[in-house]
Amino acid sequence: MGTRTRISSGEIVEKVSQLCMDANFHLSGDMLDALRVSGETEASPVAKGVFADLLENAKIARTCQMPICQDTGVAVVFVELGEDVEITGGRLYDAIHNGVRKGYKEGFLRKSMVANPLKRINTGDNTPAIIHTELIPGNHVRIMFMAKGGGCENMSRVAMLTPADGREGVVNFVVETVRIAKANPCPPIIVGVGIGGTFDYAALLAKKSLLRPLGTSNHDPDTAALEKEMLKRVNDLGIGAQGLGGRITAIGVHVEWFPCHIASLPVAVNIDCHAHRVRTVVLGI
Amino acid sequence: MPNIITLKTPLTDEKIASLRIGDRVLITGIIYTARDAAHKRLVELADQGKELPFDVQNQIIYYVGPSPARPGRPIGSCGPTTSYRMDVYTPKLLAMGLKATIGKGNRSEDVIEAMKQYRAVYFAATGGAAALLARSVQKADVIAYQDLGAEAIMRLEVADFPVVVANDIYGNDLYRDGIAQYKRA
Repeated sequence: MGTRTRISSGEIVEKVSQLCMDANFHLSGDMLDALRVSGETEASPVAKGVFADLLENAKIARTCQMPICQDTGVAVVFVELGEDVEITGGRLYDAIHNGVRKGYKEGFLRKSMVANPLKRINTGDNTPAIIHTELIPGNHVRIMFMAKGGGCENMSRVAMLTPADGREGVVNFVVETVRIAKANPCPPIIVGVGIGGTFDYAALLAKKSLLRPLGTSNHDPDTAALEKEMLKRVNDLGIGAQGLGGRITAIGVHVEWFPCHIASLPVAVNIDCHAHRVRTVVLGI
Repeated sequence: MPNIITLKTPLTDEKIASLRIGDRVLITGIIYTARDAAHKRLVELADQGKELPFDVQNQIIYYVGPSPARPGRPIGSCGPTTSYRMDVYTPKLLAMGLKATIGKGNRSEDVIEAMKQYRAVYFAATGGAAALLARSVQKADVIAYQDLGAEAIMRLEVADFPVVVANDIYGNDLYRDGIAQYKRA
């Protein structure tokens, strides 16, 4: 074991609260570029108008420190925790929840979490966050924050396909998921796809794939080709920005995969809306 | 490009009948907010024959749960939420005289039929253009269900609030027609 690096829980609270606000006020450069290019290439005049509105909206949000979208999301936090890191002054998860609480309060962000899915009383501070932690070698902590909207989350699906369904079955399931969703997930969307693993792990891969910067492909050439094929098929649906018809329904398809059981072919589709809000901070370096 | 129509609330049957899908409309006047939890309560009251917190006759309901207002501002960001979740409640409110709803995304066949029957329209606002839409809101007051937080019913005073007619009283559907135009086999 190397030298222990100490990171204070107070610093984590501060950083997480800043990520919450920054992600919600400032649409990232990759998204702004995608909206600009889409607005130029889209054939439908109605959809072109939507892209112009979204760019104007991003400008107002940035200038006035207002949320891009009123649905400021579930706080989904991915943590890569170095094995040689020691968190001081409190527990890591408490720090993350406190950071979310602080960020959503100070940023005038909407509180969208209910304490019990059936009783549906709002927790009032947007906690709990949904936290996924992975242990990694080393002495740093990477915290990736995603504000995940409810509208697009609702249009996400998981299927347990059979090995016989194969590549074509996977592509068809992804396309069918977007077709059923139509206007509901706020297109232009980003389609996150997880293939393999188990029922739960495929869904996690689909969500994790959304962390990847827009415009990048999977490093594996076969998977990159699969992403390209899915993107074309999805855009052939004609759903368009806001579902009012157009050539651009998705601005990216991200695929991640993992080994799986000889009997299984799990596939998960996690859709993100055009208010795609992801921010990362690395501590301890 | 289609003409831009200005519409003042409360609505009338005559104004509603003149609207066609694809019309761009700027709404000025009073609109009421309500989303999932508020709809559940409204329709429970209606089913019991009790009075609603506001009279829906000739009014517009906007499906929105705004973000909190910063000090000195009337409202936070306030784009539409997805409408299909309200489909189960909408025909009842249309039967009571509600003339329009504002949201995003497709409506069910039942709601489209009810809009024909009760002569009401559905407007789409741009989902996720929430900071932009906030510019059209001049005043916002919670009038019921404060305990619901972002889901409380608010009375909004709006000026030139931009929407497009997605379903008219004649059974037309802008979503269906728009997608049919750009779909590749």
